[in-house]
Amino acid sequence: MPSFARSFNKTTLALATAAAASLALPSANAAEVEVLHWWTSGGEARAANVLKELMEAEGYGWEDFAVAGGGGETAMTVLKSRAMSGNPPSAAQIKGPEIQEWGELGLLGELDEVAEAEGWDELLPPTVAEVMRHDGSYVAVPVNVHRVNWLWANPEVLEAAGVEMPTTLDELFSAGEAIREAGYIPLAHGGQAWQDATVFETVLLATGGTEFYQQALVELDEEALGGEQMVEALETFKRLRELMDDDMSGRDWNIATSMVIEGTAGMQLMGDWAKGEFTAAGLTAGEDYLCAAAPGTQDAFTFNIDSLAMFRVEGEEREAQQALARLVLEPTFQEAFNLAKGSIPARPDLDMGEFDSCAQQSMQDFQRTAEEDGLVPSMAHGMAVRADVQGAIFDVVTNYFNSRDMAAEEAARRMVNAAQAAL
Amino acid sequence: MSLSSYAAQPATGPGSRRSRSGPLQAWLPKLVLAPSVAISLCFVYGFMLWTFILSLTNSRMLPSYDFVGFAQYARLMANDRWWVASTNLVLFGGLFVAICLALGLLLAILLDQRIRQEGALRTLYLYPMALSFIVTGVVWKWLLNPGLGIQAMVRGWGFENFRFDWLVDPDMAVYTLVIAAVWQASGFVMALFLAGLRGVDDSILKAAQLDGASLPRIYWRVVIPCLRPVVFSAVMILSHIAIKSFDLVVALTGGGPGYASDLPATFMYAHAFTRAQIGLGSASAMLMLGGVLAILIPYLYSELRNRRHG
Amino acid sequence: MDNVIRRRTVGARLARAALYAVLLLAALFYLLPLAVMLITSLKPLAEITPGTLLSLPREPTLAPWAKAWGEACTGMRCEGVGVYFFNSIAIVVPAVLISTIIGALNGYALTKWRFKGSELVFALMLFGCFIPFQVVLLPMAQTLGWLGLSSSRAGLILVHVVFGIAFTTLFFRNFYVAVPTELVSAAKLDGAGFFRIFWRILLPVSAPIIVVSVIWQFTQIWNDFLFGVAFSAHDTQPVTVALNNLVNTSTGVREYNVDMAAAMIAALPTLIVYVLAGKYFVRGLTAGSVKG
Repeated sequence: MPSFARSFNKTTLALATAAAASLALPSANAAEVEVLHWWTSGGEARAANVLKELMEAEGYGWEDFAVAGGGGETAMTVLKSRAMSGNPPSAAQIKGPEIQEWGELGLLGELDEVAEAEGWDELLPPTVAEVMRHDGSYVAVPVNVHRVNWLWANPEVLEAAGVEMPTTLDELFSAGEAIREAGYIPLAHGGQAWQDATVFETVLLATGGTEFYQQALVELDEEALGGEQMVEALETFKRLRELMDDDMSGRDWNIATSMVIEGTAGMQLMGDWAKGEFTAAGLTAGEDYLCAAAPGTQDAFTFNIDSLAMFRVEGEEREAQQALARLVLEPTFQEAFNLAKGSIPARPDLDMGEFDSCAQQSMQDFQRTAEEDGLVPSMAHGMAVRADVQGAIFDVVTNYFNSRDMAAEEAARRMVNAAQAAL
Repeated sequence: MSLSSYAAQPATGPGSRRSRSGPLQAWLPKLVLAPSVAISLCFVYGFMLWTFILSLTNSRMLPSYDFVGFAQYARLMANDRWWVASTNLVLFGGLFVAICLALGLLLAILLDQRIRQEGALRTLYLYPMALSFIVTGVVWKWLLNPGLGIQAMVRGWGFENFRFDWLVDPDMAVYTLVIAAVWQASGFVMALFLAGLRGVDDSILKAAQLDGASLPRIYWRVVIPCLRPVVFSAVMILSHIAIKSFDLVVALTGGGPGYASDLPATFMYAHAFTRAQIGLGSASAMLMLGGVLAILIPYLYSELRNRRHG
Repeated sequence: MDNVIRRRTVGARLARAALYAVLLLAALFYLLPLAVMLITSLKPLAEITPGTLLSLPREPTLAPWAKAWGEACTGMRCEGVGVYFFNSIAIVVPAVLISTIIGALNGYALTKWRFKGSELVFALMLFGCFIPFQVVLLPMAQTLGWLGLSSSRAGLILVHVVFGIAFTTLFFRNFYVAVPTELVSAAKLDGAGFFRIFWRILLPVSAPIIVVSVIWQFTQIWNDFLFGVAFSAHDTQPVTVALNNLVNTSTGVREYNVDMAAAMIAALPTLIVYVLAGKYFVRGLTAGSVKG
């Protein structure tokens, strides 16, 4: 019966697209890929559109299934619902350990032929390739590498306060004080669990270093999670609250970024997707806004990789799917997408001439830290631990950050419990 | 409306003949109800059973049948956020139902005093129910945001020390949910009560007035007791809204600050769908249902037994 | 009701003034959010600043409405919410009709043809109102898959009917309970059958409660987001899902005016129904003993 539903859907879709007459499809019955993603903001959508055009140029159809909201939470719900009904899309935006989870369910299709033909093993950095494979086979294709540990700043606000871009946590606090005295909000922030966790993991990296980060947030080592270094990280994290305004609860990250753009706030700790907002506002990196590795994390790179995972499909659709996988890693799309998204290409061999200074620095740091063991997966963005542990850590972090009287020791103790939450 | 339209019709042949085929007539009502009962059994109770079974398993991203007994319930009991969510539901649900009933009754009684422009006012009170909770949440999120909404506006009028920052206060955030939900549903309750008041028999009131009872007393002793069926319907509808409040939390507070305004529905959704913890999510759903049962069954029982039809 | 004693005393007048004051205050409370939405949706973006929620637009513009209806982007599609409007209608109309018809028959059977256990059946069905929809998402998805209805309109209609029956049954039952049983009994003695009695006696007086049931179901289904997002494909998405996509899609600056206009557009059908049919709604809720 599902096959009937599929064909029925395809018919209605064909009718709908024919009626829409918005795009001249190459042919009505070309093989199609249905792509579930949450690249819905303007720049991202334009970038994803490049991929769609590339597919159409090769004669394949692209059925766009964008679901906004909650950093992909809604999209993942839809994906599970579709998977349960035995009707998954051809490709979906899935990342990190979650790729492994879908792989274990046996729902993903392998891409080894494409990987072989295109030489992905040589092309991709080992750290990235590892995330894309399940049981030794490629099941997903990376579209970019985001760096999470960035500090963004408005140069005019810094100047008004008479401070430089901070390079250590101490400098961050003193600069913050100066900015507050000059009448601005020192640190723009949105009070949502994932944003709290983003700031927290960056602070932890700055206070404890990459080795401690690995022990605590990747290996979930109990002594690291409950120890003195954790308490120190938590206390420093809580001190940052003094640099934020009171109205931050529930604010979206891009609203916080626009506070930096408008000059009501001085700085923001956020991943490099924030650059998409600066770019959309017509600002130039290094002149109208500043970027630097988050204070105290110059020798580390917290990565967050977006990827498209391929579901097991048959026949023509599979052919289209393989083409999609190939096109994702081709320079045309990698460049266009990453220019719009603020990230760097997933393959280090591309010419970065078109990119701005922040992206160029990101690429240099990526290659440098890869050699020095400074590359760490982002816990806040689902690259380090499974979703349940991540969620449990989120709960501890956001609750501690928002509570008036919880001691850091108590939060550290809960952190240990959170890590054991996984059955 | 003529209830007598049928009485005017003499019984016709086929009708009499059909009455003699008694068994079918006796079974027809049950036959008509059967599909709905089957749907209830399958889609409500069947899914509940399925959820219960899942709550005994170690299901993660998609359902699996690897049984772990009541371990998920034990984990839930040890989960701080679950307790916050449950407490919030009691607080939010209790306040929401109580305030809606009180406000709805008050407005209905006031509107029933031969008010000019009654229709316009009624529509004004009723319209929020037409909106989706997503819209309600978004608008109230604005109004209650200290930097954008009411607080900023009042301060702009020159009251520099005015504070209304419940939305960003972990201790008060749950009450913002109450405000928005009451705004949405109380007009509907008003409509229910108003309809009930219009249905109260005048002769009872006349008799009470002749006895010299004061108006408030008449309402308290005579009218309100007549409204019992209305209260029943209202409580049913309100408690269902309270238990299902999900969109509102997502749109208004996102469960924040921290998880201070989390509710079981959002807790369950977060665990089952975002955190690949279907086992734990199912366990929380079962406890939610259990709580609902514990409160509703006695109420349903007493109401359905004592219903007198006038 | 004829219980207002009109004594023209000072006290009575004061009471009357207080009465109107309370009613007007309440009206303000209910009106405020709508006013904010409307005002914001008519402002150019530049005029939307903190603390000016209620200041009237200096240069009113309909541009946000036009953009929300036909131009605003979600993902790669820049067609606003207008397109999805018709998806919603295609889902809502059949679902409302079917659930209302079933609810009417159920309510009738439960009240006029009582049998042993009919109250229990009603209680069982009533409990269906209280199952949180998040609980049924996954089993429902699987069931729709088995039925071959996943991501289709028919599937969504089925879901809404299944979970709407409990409410429509509640409404009709409470209404029919108050319809005098004598007529039905007399008709039964005359040998009229189940459907005939329904058709000739109950249906003619059911208009008010049909209005209530239809309005309730229409509102519920039109405003549903969870089922819409989980069980629809991109080309069958209802307007609420499109609205959510639009509001959560941001290009640098949040266009609050477009967001609000889109929210108003998504809410218009239900608002219109409430404003136009509000009177009948209240009338319909009045149990069977309608006077004049």
